[in-house]
Amino acid sequence: MRPPLPEVTPPDFPPPYPTARARFRPGDAVRVKRGDAPGHMRTPFYMRGRVGRVERICGDFPNPEELAYHRDGLPARPLYRVRFSMAELWGAGAERQTDTVDAEIFDHWLEAADAP
Amino acid sequence: MPHDHHHEGMSPSGHPYRPDNDTPLTYWQRMEIAVRELLVEKGVTTPAEVNEQIERMDARSPADGAAVVARAWDDPDFKARLLADGSAAIAEMGFEPEVMKLVVVENTEAVHNAVVCTLCSCYPRNLLGLPPDWYKTRAYRSRMVKEPRAVLAEFGLELPESTHVRVHDSTADMRYLVLPRRPDGTEGWSREDLARIVTRDCMIGTAVPKAG
Repeated sequence: MRPPLPEVTPPDFPPPYPTARARFRPGDAVRVKRGDAPGHMRTPFYMRGRVGRVERICGDFPNPEELAYHRDGLPARPLYRVRFSMAELWGAGAERQTDTVDAEIFDHWLEAADAP
Repeated sequence: MPHDHHHEGMSPSGHPYRPDNDTPLTYWQRMEIAVRELLVEKGVTTPAEVNEQIERMDARSPADGAAVVARAWDDPDFKARLLADGSAAIAEMGFEPEVMKLVVVENTEAVHNAVVCTLCSCYPRNLLGLPPDWYKTRAYRSRMVKEPRAVLAEFGLELPESTHVRVHDSTADMRYLVLPRRPDGTEGWSREDLARIVTRDCMIGTAVPKAG
């Protein structure tokens, strides 16, 4: 049984940085992929495989996994703020189940929560 | 600096020697010096330019962030712009966000926000200056996303059970500033007086401003 997803209040302003490719919208339930690869990544291990809700779209930004190796990181990829409950991240050992952590996750690390 | 002797024990005047750069350079310190010297030798930059950048960063301080918070408390339209696009709003006040993309998160009666960077030490340096040393420690970075209430209690901040704790992990391009709640008893205060009670930790979320 998954703990209930945290609530988000979609922002009442547009993303301040341009975005053309966002697949997800505020409120969407998303899962962080479990993948791994050598090199520089900005997706913390403690979030891999966890389900949360998109809180906002930040905009499109060059891929840091490419930038770290002197590539241009283009095309820019959508970056989201995703909200996770402590219960989802830490299970029964969570300090308080319904407190939350928001983090920025790039589009290619996310899939719809109901994806097989 | 190479050393062929050690400053240990007491000095001739009877005081202990103050520790200094007494250990050998690390690999990365040697790398930094080598790259910097090469850039200077090749005319790409100058020592004066390097120093100028250091002075620019050192000139930034939590007082800049406090001025932003005080204005947001006093000017609802500015607050709305600050929450919608933090970097554009602080630029209005003459601060230079440069590449920093600022997200401002607002404390309310129901929600307390706190900021951490679990991957490294991302911090809104272009507004607040350099982060405190504890912000960069593995203890703060690992515990803040797991047991924020315990960490905040160690900072002297006991939150009521009814308050929701919302931790922000600065994992990518955004940098975070907490907009604290304006305390009761500050009605009619000038922006300067308001700014004085907004400490660095209030803007990280490990403290809250107090009127008295």
